[in-house]
Amino acid sequence: MIYQGKQKIWSDYQKEIPDNHWFYVRSCIRQSFFPASEGHFVKIVRDLLGKDLYETPHHTTCGGIAYHSDTIPQETAMTIVARQFSLMKEAGYKNLVTSCITSFGNYTEILETWREFPELETRIREHLWKACRREFDKPEYVAHASDVVYKLRNEIAEKAKFRLVNHETGEPLRIVEHIGCHYSKMFPHKGVGGAEYPCVLSGMVESWGGKVIDYPERRHCCGFGFRQYLVKANRGYSVSNTHKKFESMEPFHPDLIITNCPGCPYFLDRWQYVISEQTGKTYGQNGHGIPALTYEELAGLVLGYDPWDLGLQIHQVGPEPLLDKMGIAYDPARKYLGLDEKDIMKPGLPTVLKCC
Amino acid sequence: MGKLYDELCKDYRFKEGLHTCINCGTCTAICPAAEFYKYDPRKILDTIQRKDEAAIEALLKSDTIWYCGECMSCVTRCPRKNGAGLVIMALRNLSAKLGYFTYSEKGRQLYPLTKALNYNVLNLGYCVHPSTFVFEDHPESGPVFKWVLEHKEDVYARLGANFGKEGPGALRKIPQEDLDELKAIYDETGATERIETVEKYSLAKAEEMGMTPDEYLKYTFTHCSKGHFNNE
Repeated sequence: MIYQGKQKIWSDYQKEIPDNHWFYVRSCIRQSFFPASEGHFVKIVRDLLGKDLYETPHHTTCGGIAYHSDTIPQETAMTIVARQFSLMKEAGYKNLVTSCITSFGNYTEILETWREFPELETRIREHLWKACRREFDKPEYVAHASDVVYKLRNEIAEKAKFRLVNHETGEPLRIVEHIGCHYSKMFPHKGVGGAEYPCVLSGMVESWGGKVIDYPERRHCCGFGFRQYLVKANRGYSVSNTHKKFESMEPFHPDLIITNCPGCPYFLDRWQYVISEQTGKTYGQNGHGIPALTYEELAGLVLGYDPWDLGLQIHQVGPEPLLDKMGIAYDPARKYLGLDEKDIMKPGLPTVLKCC
Repeated sequence: MGKLYDELCKDYRFKEGLHTCINCGTCTAICPAAEFYKYDPRKILDTIQRKDEAAIEALLKSDTIWYCGECMSCVTRCPRKNGAGLVIMALRNLSAKLGYFTYSEKGRQLYPLTKALNYNVLNLGYCVHPSTFVFEDHPESGPVFKWVLEHKEDVYARLGANFGKEGPGALRKIPQEDLDELKAIYDETGATERIETVEKYSLAKAEEMGMTPDEYLKYTFTHCSKGHFNNE
């Protein structure tokens, strides 16, 4: 009985994710800091696995960061999103997939609020018509891009060139997964596995041969906090929260961190650099950091894409120890070259953190 | 029922975020902001539930409501389905509308945030964009991102982005017709009025503090007094 009860509860947190025909909306942060991640999402889903994924150049920010930094009213954020829905309707799609977790939370919150307060949806329809002469249909399904990769994880595994395994010892890599807060903390039933046991990333890790590490602060925020990072005076909040997570995961010796939110890999990467400069402490082996990758980057490595095409050179924490463990060949001389092998110099080096 | 409480009740985030708080403190226990700031969401919800107008006004003028990171970890854990983070959003909205945000150091930060983010949205179509990301304001982005910013066009082209160009792809130029629609949405839904309100109260505060607008902008972006953190 108890087992059956648990099975029922677990089934409430599963998502039936459509496997095709997606209208794709991009992330402001991911485009700025991890542009190749989005590029490889499109490449893997559309070109490699043959799915229908459409993007219009006319879509814009969803306004989520401006909204969660309290600089625009709620109805403004809702109407910007309604415009994206209108573009989706024009293009003839019904499944929306967002690259950004803040956007995913924003879209989900808006649809849930309209469900509870239909008069607000009516008002937003009026706003959109007055402002843009546009009408919209609500999407039948809203997914985060990591949901789509989770859905396709076994197809990716079938085409894998590398596994998340130490190629010398044969042991699975020890992997920390970090889920963005707005993926399922607000609406647990919208995330695979809910807020308590989200398995959208751990499912990928297990399918690709790695071992997921549990640690005390696994569900703690990365420390973004919108205004708590964006305003220079507040960044003590941001780095303190990241520090708390690293101190908690350190005893478990992770080989890698995988994330699904655009901001989280930035903070889990850059604050390692700052902590090393401030305290001299590093969390990887022999003075290196722990690489913090996006799920697209990890899927790309598994599928055998070149690490420098994936953009791993624009992380501050060097990926080389991870590439060496996986047995992935790379050319250090090509790491910082521009398009067509153009010499565009190299970044400076941190004082403490080893980067290559 | 008082005036400020009535105003809060009109906000859908307030309707969603405050039902009946039993003051258990679970929100405070899980809160990343409470871990480091002198911040207790349980007390905030209790203050509002009491409908004490003077106490609510004091909150709207305080640093307290600006400590939250809006991660919404509190929403998951509350046994009564409250959302302290949502209530905070409603409080901040009202504080911005009434100009009360200029009474506190953390509240005054709304000025640089409003200017920077809405410039990006209205002129570029992005909330964050490399063309307005200044390394000196973000030394934590590290030497690698300093290099990216110094070689933007080359690095983004190398990584397959469509930086500043027409058509789809990462960092594409958003067509002017779409930016015009965003501006029309801002005008229609109150965002333009909000920007003007924040500007008006901020410039009055700058004058009161004896600063030029630029000095005030820089000061509010960078200044952190002692006393905000638990260990101070």
